[in-house]
Amino acid sequence: MIRRIKKYLIFALRTFISTQYMSQKVLLTAKEVQIILQRLACQLVENHSDFSNTVLIGIQPRGIFLLNRLQEILEKEYQINDLKTGQLDITFYRDDFRRSDKPLEANKTKIDFVVEDKRVVFIDDVLYTGRSIRAALTAIQSFGRPKEIELLSFIDRRFSRHLPIQPDYNGRQVDAINEEKVKVNWKENEGEDIVYLISK
Amino acid sequence: MSELSVNHLLGIKYLQKSDIDLIFNTADHFKEVINRPIKKVPSLRDITIANLFFENSTRTRLSFELAEKRLSADTINFSAASSSVKKGETLIDTVNNILSMKVDMVVMRHPNPGAGIFLSKHVKASIVNAGDGAHEHPTQALLDSYSIRERLGEVAGKNVVIVGDILHSRVALSNIFALKLQGANVKVCGPKTLIPKYIDSLDVEVETNLIKALEWCDVANMLRVQNERMDISYFPSTREYTQQFGLNKKILNSLNKEIIVMHPGPINRGVEITSDVADSDQAIILDQVQNGVAIRMAAIYLLASKIKQ
Repeated sequence: MIRRIKKYLIFALRTFISTQYMSQKVLLTAKEVQIILQRLACQLVENHSDFSNTVLIGIQPRGIFLLNRLQEILEKEYQINDLKTGQLDITFYRDDFRRSDKPLEANKTKIDFVVEDKRVVFIDDVLYTGRSIRAALTAIQSFGRPKEIELLSFIDRRFSRHLPIQPDYNGRQVDAINEEKVKVNWKENEGEDIVYLISK
Repeated sequence: MSELSVNHLLGIKYLQKSDIDLIFNTADHFKEVINRPIKKVPSLRDITIANLFFENSTRTRLSFELAEKRLSADTINFSAASSSVKKGETLIDTVNNILSMKVDMVVMRHPNPGAGIFLSKHVKASIVNAGDGAHEHPTQALLDSYSIRERLGEVAGKNVVIVGDILHSRVALSNIFALKLQGANVKVCGPKTLIPKYIDSLDVEVETNLIKALEWCDVANMLRVQNERMDISYFPSTREYTQQFGLNKKILNSLNKEIIVMHPGPINRGVEITSDVADSDQAIILDQVQNGVAIRMAAIYLLASKIKQ
């Protein structure tokens, strides 16, 4: 009995806190995420054909989940098996070093090839201010001079840009104000594919 | 944790285990950076670092300078031999003059123990100790542990013997602090005259028989005999020292296991280790040098991230 009351009180408290301070709205369901992934993969194939001179670079940390999902579709449905992929961490290239309240934590960079004269596609889950992509543009130069660089983003917060950067492949455009946050959950990491708009 | 608990790197004694883990994890990323076609990141482009060397150094000075340049910091170099120190200027005056030129960080090597600590209390800059007399040499100890971690997977639980001139060695003291903090077992081995009296207080065992020490250990760190710091004679002759505490290939092959041989440099070939040992696969001396750049990049980067604009 006491346990049930305790459980109810915790539930009531959580509901109260979330309604008072935070609310989250589902922007995309698992089915919609899957449809968008299929479309993005299809658009990549349309532009890059057999990917013989193309490399896909996931931006750490959360672009990697998207990269893996796209790679899975490209391999299974388009039989592109020798796809070159890499992981790029931009921590040391960010423009808010010593300006951010939180210390910047680096992630692993794994690019086992030179990108000289290659067609590079950056892959990230949310395009917000454009500063991460600006850093990635600098970071990739350490691995050579690419022929061209494209950007694929799953969510484009289109009215929040600080820099003149636009995606070439776009999952869904979202109009969110600065106080809101867009969170993309992947089933490999969070257990389900779902996109939330979180308001504080 | 993603921030150091200290604002200066004065010695391993002032660090926590989590600081060492953070430096190692950051160094992993920088090791990848220094193996890229372009080995430079722009993180510290608005930071100026002064390298003040009041004592001779080749490896450490070059390693620090390279680490700073790989991070895109502006660097100025100073060596006491060609400076106003010879004209009688005090340490605080020298450093304050340099800092008035808007320097953010000072890397200092000094012959007096505690020089870095003294400076950190009197000047407004982040201080990195690059060796202070026979006291501490924190970045060397960090790169030594990092090299052990790289080769053996982890430092905890490993048996490490430090052989040679323990009394005059800042490398030995910093290594003892670093290894103990990470849970390694440490022994020191050398002539009794070169083992400091305070060794018991460091919770370190002393072994005077080199063969026994090597049979026990996973890693042997062979130190150089620091003749320049010896005001009296601590052993009868170099030849006798080599016979008792020098490591040669015959001894290495006679051991019942394959140990790792380290040396902080500069090596006196034929004294503490022979050439065939120094150049063998078991020696990770050049790995230590390469890791030194990554470790120093990590330490400087993490300290710089605490200098707010």
